[in-house]
Amino acid sequence: MTNILIVCTNQPIAATIARLIDKMEDWQASVALSLNDALEHCYAKTYDVILIGSGIGQEHEDVLKLHIEKLKTETPIVKHYGGGSGLLYAEIYQALAKK
Amino acid sequence: MAQTVLHTANTRGAADHGWLKSFHSFSFAGYYNPERINFGALRVLNDDFVTGGMGFGEHPHDNMEIISIPLEGALQHKDSLGTTATIKSGEIQVMSAGTGVYHSEYNPDAANPAKFLQIWVFPNKRNVTPRYDQITIDATTRNEFVQILSPNADDAGVWIYQDAWFNMGRFDAATAKTYNLHKEGNGAYIFVLKGSIKVDGQNVDTRDGFGIWDTDKFEITSSTDAEFLIMEVPMKF
Repeated sequence: MTNILIVCTNQPIAATIARLIDKMEDWQASVALSLNDALEHCYAKTYDVILIGSGIGQEHEDVLKLHIEKLKTETPIVKHYGGGSGLLYAEIYQALAKK
Repeated sequence: MAQTVLHTANTRGAADHGWLKSFHSFSFAGYYNPERINFGALRVLNDDFVTGGMGFGEHPHDNMEIISIPLEGALQHKDSLGTTATIKSGEIQVMSAGTGVYHSEYNPDAANPAKFLQIWVFPNKRNVTPRYDQITIDATTRNEFVQILSPNADDAGVWIYQDAWFNMGRFDAATAKTYNLHKEGNGAYIFVLKGSIKVDGQNVDTRDGFGIWDTDKFEITSSTDAEFLIMEVPMKF
């Protein structure tokens, strides 16, 4: 199972992204609607990819990167663009290919 | 020395949803080709055909500059910013999705298809306040580059959050013009809508895409009467 964490403060967009991920066989989405929520998710579970969606600024992204470095999970953190269908799968495939 | 890439029309990704036929110059939705992800900040170039009376139901976007250029027919647009508008051939629409926007697009003409280009450019600033604009573009000028998009609100055409410039060209056969790139580090992706052209001697036919970078200018010569779109974008962003 490929576990993907979506970090996005826009709940409807996060839900759309999660629905699209869950449509794919062996992919499972989790949603964090804030930085603190994301940090807690990463303590509780190791993710294969973390997608940074809308509403998450560079400062919060850097905090999350530092957190992942400390956890030594080597989870790739990638910016998600577009808010759903068009680019999502390519972004995830690319992130998984670089692991 | 200039570097180039040619994407011939028949190598594009294709999707047929019945009501929507789309050709993807770059990886999009179910089409994934790791060799065709983007050209610099240009991420999506979809050549869409929407059946009469059909369209895209409400769906979200964020953090992307989304440009639509109708080629035939019209699209009715509604979005969460409160915009209700119809865009038709001869116009250009731009949406900065920023923190998030929902929209729907339908072909209001039940009898005829709408054909349009959907272009996505990575923004140079994330999480901006969403915005929408549409304008009429100059469809009469021939044998000149006609600017339809830039980074500047007070320049010709629409504007976006990126150092990008788009120009349309409608050339009579055997017309030659030099295009000078606006910014160091930018490249240009030329998409031919009708006819055939040569870009620095390379044949580029209808619906082919040709990218050129590591240069500050290139020459376009029309082999036939031709229409094309030049999308100048940063190669690093």
